[in-house]
Amino acid sequence: MTVVATEKMEKFLSNLVVSSTLSQKEAAEKFRDMDFPTTRNEYWKYTRIGKITNKQFTNRFDQKKDIAIEDYIVSGQYIVIENGLVREDLSQYGLDFKIVFKTETQDSEKYGLDNSHVFTALNNAFYTQAISIHIAPKSVIEEPLQLIFVEHGTEVIANCRIEIEAGKSSQSSLIYTQISENSVSCFNNSITTIEVEENAHFTLHKLQTANDSSLSVSTEQVVQKANSTFKINTFSFSGLLIRNNINILVQGENCETFMNGAIITKDKEHIDNHTFVDHQVPNCYSNENYKYVLDGQSTGVFNGRVVVRKDAQVINAYQNNGNILLSEQASINSKPELEIYADDVKCSHGSTTGQLDENALFYLQARGISKAKARKLLVSAFVGEVIASVNNEKLSDLLHVILKREHNWDF
Amino acid sequence: MSKTLLDIKNLHAEIAEEGKAILKGLNLTVKAGEIHAIMGTNGAGKSTLASVISGKDGYEITEGTVEMDGIDLLELDPDERAKEGLFLAFQYPVEIPGVSNINFLRTALNEIKEYRKEEPISAKDFMSMVREKSKLVELDAKLASRSVNEGFSGGEKKRNEIFQMAMLEPKVAILDETDSGLDIDALRIVAAGVNKLKNENNAIILITHYQRLLDYIVPDFVHVLADGKIVKTGDKSLALELEEKGYDWLTEAKTV
Ligand SMILES: Nc1ncnc2c1ncn2[C@@H]1O[C@H](COP(=O)(O)OP(=O)(O)O)[C@@H](O)[C@H]1O
Ligand SMILES: [Mg+2]
Repeated sequence: MTVVATEKMEKFLSNLVVSSTLSQKEAAEKFRDMDFPTTRNEYWKYTRIGKITNKQFTNRFDQKKDIAIEDYIVSGQYIVIENGLVREDLSQYGLDFKIVFKTETQDSEKYGLDNSHVFTALNNAFYTQAISIHIAPKSVIEEPLQLIFVEHGTEVIANCRIEIEAGKSSQSSLIYTQISENSVSCFNNSITTIEVEENAHFTLHKLQTANDSSLSVSTEQVVQKANSTFKINTFSFSGLLIRNNINILVQGENCETFMNGAIITKDKEHIDNHTFVDHQVPNCYSNENYKYVLDGQSTGVFNGRVVVRKDAQVINAYQNNGNILLSEQASINSKPELEIYADDVKCSHGSTTGQLDENALFYLQARGISKAKARKLLVSAFVGEVIASVNNEKLSDLLHVILKREHNWDF
Repeated sequence: MSKTLLDIKNLHAEIAEEGKAILKGLNLTVKAGEIHAIMGTNGAGKSTLASVISGKDGYEITEGTVEMDGIDLLELDPDERAKEGLFLAFQYPVEIPGVSNINFLRTALNEIKEYRKEEPISAKDFMSMVREKSKLVELDAKLASRSVNEGFSGGEKKRNEIFQMAMLEPKVAILDETDSGLDIDALRIVAAGVNKLKNENNAIILITHYQRLLDYIVPDFVHVLADGKIVKTGDKSLALELEEKGYDWLTEAKTV
């Protein structure tokens, strides 16, 4: 390791207080010995993280008495997490989900979490609480559990850690809502491990709408057992730099896996989604659909990796990534990575990038619709199918409210 | 004396990118209550004329004026032209996946009403209007609620254009080859619809290169567009003459 890198790490760590537990002390030492990736690293090729690594985040902050969450609540059960710490006083939930706040994480190895990943190491060293959510076997829970992640303060880091276990034959869903309360350059570095047990159906909706200085790196590390269904819908509507890693290990047969994303950007935002589905066993289905609408000087990255292992026969894996560039300065890097080692496999991927269809715009205008509205109609038609996949009226209303607020959409 | 609804004077237009001149001094005056047919060979510039009148990007107007009911159209955005009462039935209607026919028409209608400082139409009134007007062209009500033109047959697309015309009730409607791709039954239906929409306060311009359509929608005037201009104007018998003799005699006569 070079001296320069060490200095950089030391500087990055200078405002972070290490916990007194032995395991986290060790984790902090491990992190100290690492380097931040550069764009020479294939996994970070299109995302520069200087906006994160040049800062000296702190993990100390004064709790706010009240946090304005009302506008974001879409469920009767919710947990408010302020800069990575649970605010039980502001939360409200029943006994449907078995929720425990712990100071130690469970063994992350079984989820295949890569602890050599620098942001994972950072989280390992500095998470203050692990939120464990267990869905009892056979329980069918209609109302989703909402986790409202609030960042506030200046250059505060939140190392959130969530552990979800969807028990056998259970059905449930969670909604993550990442928001800001007057935050400036706060960094949300979160890890979620999810085990979807046999026959379970589990859905995670992620709404990312902090503010235009927010930084976020998050990883969802998922294991699917036989006959299970896992869905994740990601809505990234604001943030300066967002990197989402979704890693799904499909370990049981007859699983279904769905990943949808709607990414709407403006200004200089940069939003990067790296997804990975590892088909380890036969007879499974996965379907991925990510749509980006990029405006201003924003940049998007989509990297969809699908691996079908040697003996994983009869796999259907579909991937689609559509991108619309609303401005000439906006850009997208889209890369499918299909690695197929079995032979009885149906895999397809499609990627399209372009401007709005000029002929369609003119057609709408020729009927009396203003250009601005015609653009919105076309954009909302483009991402509409992803928003429709939410299947939750309150959440979909919230999505529209945020779209109006952040991007002035009224459809 | 009925009033002039569309007045085109000495219109010159070229394709912006290539600088290729398509319209070279075209004149046309259309009055309320009239039906005009514009005929001409493929590539004569008929669709270009329709595009230029309705404000499509990509054309440069180098000379001339286009007025509708006294308003300078060339100064207006395409949607404003529509709000002033212009309608174009496209030769090639565009498919717009994800945008429902009904939603978009309601948006259009309400934007037009807002522009004219009228009250927006209620959902109920709108739906009964949709039912009534789709009957006019025998457009399956199911199509009305599908994505705009997506998966429509050629004939359904053309009927959808006339359905939209019926919904928007324009002052001046330009129908660009609405007859092409229609079988004889569909042609009759569409023509009957257009005839019903026609009244003494509006005007219709039929662009076609078959005289077949003109058996069903009888024009007051027939114009021949060639070499970027109207080279001949006559009554409906001109269409029959063109059917018989083709267009060459008109352009040849010019070069002599
Ligand atoms: N956008 C365009 N780009 C290039 N050439 C065009 C464009 N639009 C029309 N043209 C050309 O202009 C001429 C007139 O075309 P058009 O107006 O479509 O004719 P018509 O409708 O009479 O068949 C043709 O030579 C056609 O190729
Ligand atoms: Mg044409």
